[in-house]
Amino acid sequence: MALRLLTKSLAPRARAARFFSATVGHGEFPGGQTVPYVNKIHVVDPKDADVIPAYRVLDQQGKLVQGASIPEGIDEDLAVEIYKHMIRLNSMDNVFYDAQRQGRISFYMTAFGEEGTLFGSAAAIKPRDMVFAQYREAGVLMWRGFTLDQFADQLFSNEGDLGKGRQMPVHYGSRELNYQTVSSPLATQLPQAAGAAYGFKLAKEDRIAVCYFGEGAASEGDFHAALNIAATRDCPVLYFARNNGYAISTPVKDQFRGDGIASRGAGYGIPVIRVDGNDVFAVYEATKKAREMILSEGRPVLLETMSYRQGHHSTSDDSTRYRAVSEIKHWKDTNCPMNRLKLYLLDQGWWSEERDVALKDAERSSVLAALTKAEAKGIPALDTMFEDVYAEKPRHLQDQEAEMLEHIAKYPEHYASGH
Amino acid sequence: MLPSTRRLSTLASSTLRRQFASTPLVTERMNMFTALNDAMRVAMETDPTAVVFGEDVAFGGVFRCTVDLKEQFGEDRVFNSPLCEQGIAGFAIGYASIGRTAIAEIQFADYIFPAFDQIVNEAAKFRYRSGNQFDCGKLTFRAPYGAVGHGAHYHSQSPEAYFAHTPGLKVVIPRNPTQAKGLLLASIRDPNPVVFFEPKALYRASVSDVPVGDFTVPLGQADIMRSGTDITIVGWGAQMRVLEDACDMAEEAGVSCELIDLQTITPWDVDTVEQSVRKTGRLIVSHEAPKTGGFASEIASTIQERCFLNLEAPVQRVCGYDTPFPLAYEKLYLPDALKNFEAIKHAVNY
Repeated sequence: MALRLLTKSLAPRARAARFFSATVGHGEFPGGQTVPYVNKIHVVDPKDADVIPAYRVLDQQGKLVQGASIPEGIDEDLAVEIYKHMIRLNSMDNVFYDAQRQGRISFYMTAFGEEGTLFGSAAAIKPRDMVFAQYREAGVLMWRGFTLDQFADQLFSNEGDLGKGRQMPVHYGSRELNYQTVSSPLATQLPQAAGAAYGFKLAKEDRIAVCYFGEGAASEGDFHAALNIAATRDCPVLYFARNNGYAISTPVKDQFRGDGIASRGAGYGIPVIRVDGNDVFAVYEATKKAREMILSEGRPVLLETMSYRQGHHSTSDDSTRYRAVSEIKHWKDTNCPMNRLKLYLLDQGWWSEERDVALKDAERSSVLAALTKAEAKGIPALDTMFEDVYAEKPRHLQDQEAEMLEHIAKYPEHYASGH
Repeated sequence: MLPSTRRLSTLASSTLRRQFASTPLVTERMNMFTALNDAMRVAMETDPTAVVFGEDVAFGGVFRCTVDLKEQFGEDRVFNSPLCEQGIAGFAIGYASIGRTAIAEIQFADYIFPAFDQIVNEAAKFRYRSGNQFDCGKLTFRAPYGAVGHGAHYHSQSPEAYFAHTPGLKVVIPRNPTQAKGLLLASIRDPNPVVFFEPKALYRASVSDVPVGDFTVPLGQADIMRSGTDITIVGWGAQMRVLEDACDMAEEAGVSCELIDLQTITPWDVDTVEQSVRKTGRLIVSHEAPKTGGFASEIASTIQERCFLNLEAPVQRVCGYDTPFPLAYEKLYLPDALKNFEAIKHAVNY
């Protein structure tokens, strides 16, 4: 207690110390950098800096916070539509999580607790904006119109899968919906988004790249590479960090020591916005503002949503081994993005418990129907295995394909098709 | 910058002879960096989406390959990147992923490894993993490679075998200015990501008559530089000069050598090498890179599979030793003409 008091009493003095050093001229350095000289050592300690605040519109009971107003563009139709999508994503996550537990698909990742960040941002960007996702952003693709059948086909890696059954489940992609195909290596999409955005800028297209990633991925070198090159080339890209508190088992205290991801923006010369990720309206408005800034100022913006990963990292993870069940329950009970929106809708008279139950039943049935349909489909044709490695099929791949076909013809019973 | 003497000339390269038949070409005397510069100029003139970027390319590049391009095409299309290879690679992939042409430079092949993840896990698999919904085919990485006399560990490496092990990539290495221009233009226009290694020792040292304007040398085709009957010798890039000297020595000793420049490391021209070995019955593969896991191993094993009954001597690999590339002992480290000559003698006397 004494130590704590001491620290507290010292803090204001430390902060004031900077004012005791006088500026004694300034230096001009290459690239137009002007640096003031001071006559005392001036330590810049992030401990003294203010924590970047998170913007919120609704409180945890779904009421408007003091001084806030419902963002322009949000009306009954949009709010209800967002909520319906939340239910749909939630139903999909529940059904396919269970399907994996039953061994019907090989892998799955839910987005429980992050519905606010996904639909708030998805509704605020334009369909022509190119999305570069990490993997926990199926909601963005869903908002753009990816159907339950399309999701299910990818999860079952069947003949209907646009990715021809080549990647693990949840690695979705859709050229038609401007959603670049997900890959497992973390943060690789970050510098790629800068490159795509640069292309839009050179072609004077009215579109941006939107790049999602988790707070863990932001520790990768590609995060640094991307933000720096996006800033120096003035790329119209939105870097959208989903800070959900964990990277698999690693809590943020083992991930970084600064003020989250947002505090890093300034170092790259990139403006930042931090948002309450469990407040879909705040996410919507912040994303909209970020998009406007990106296009009007011709430079990147970094947005960080603060939320909580309510589900396990994936179906290969039991998160109760590294965090308390009570912690998960606390977030579900008190700060769930779906529930906060629902409370608001109920308050407005735009929604009812009856509709809620009915819609949840209907969505669950739709997802189950998509699952059944996808499960019944065959795997992609055998001759697709050697396609698309290159634009053309080189001689050595033709030879290897012929070898494989010859082999399978000899031992068909060992390579039965299907799952 | 470009030499002004233009003249008609007959081309020495058999690839070009095949391609242009009897048509005489207007050529210009160029060294390798001016030829590469010329290729990029043509690429940018013919494709308004093409951009050239990397570390220090805006002022012309540390090897002068991009000189005057910024002045001609503007700083939006020819620009410096921050000093970050994984950023350069990722940026290039993203730019190409929306259907535009990216020509990215890695300052030395030795420094391509920070971009290895982007190149191997991303660029190479982009088309396959998306079911051909997205690709980054209009992407070329250029990087100077190979021995330069005093480059030691990090200005001498030949990393082609690392990339040859990656399905989805093409790896291309030219041996002279003419091939450099034609192969670079073909690489830039190829609908697949290409890693293009430039023999930096030849930037100024190698001079040839390079066709003016737009021309390409096809990828995936080896070039038979000289025909012979006793032994087949395969190499690429700067090693071709060494191998020509070795062939001269062998021919003085009465051995007829067939010398093949592979040009494209992956996918490589198996047929040309196979036909040659069926005829000669002997094969030497030579490269600067270390022996173990080098691309010579791939060629040797493939030819052994295909030409078992024709081989009259073991396939030999004359390569760099399995050490990091040394400074003081560079001369001894390299698989020079004499080492290759010894291998030729060994093969014919086997």
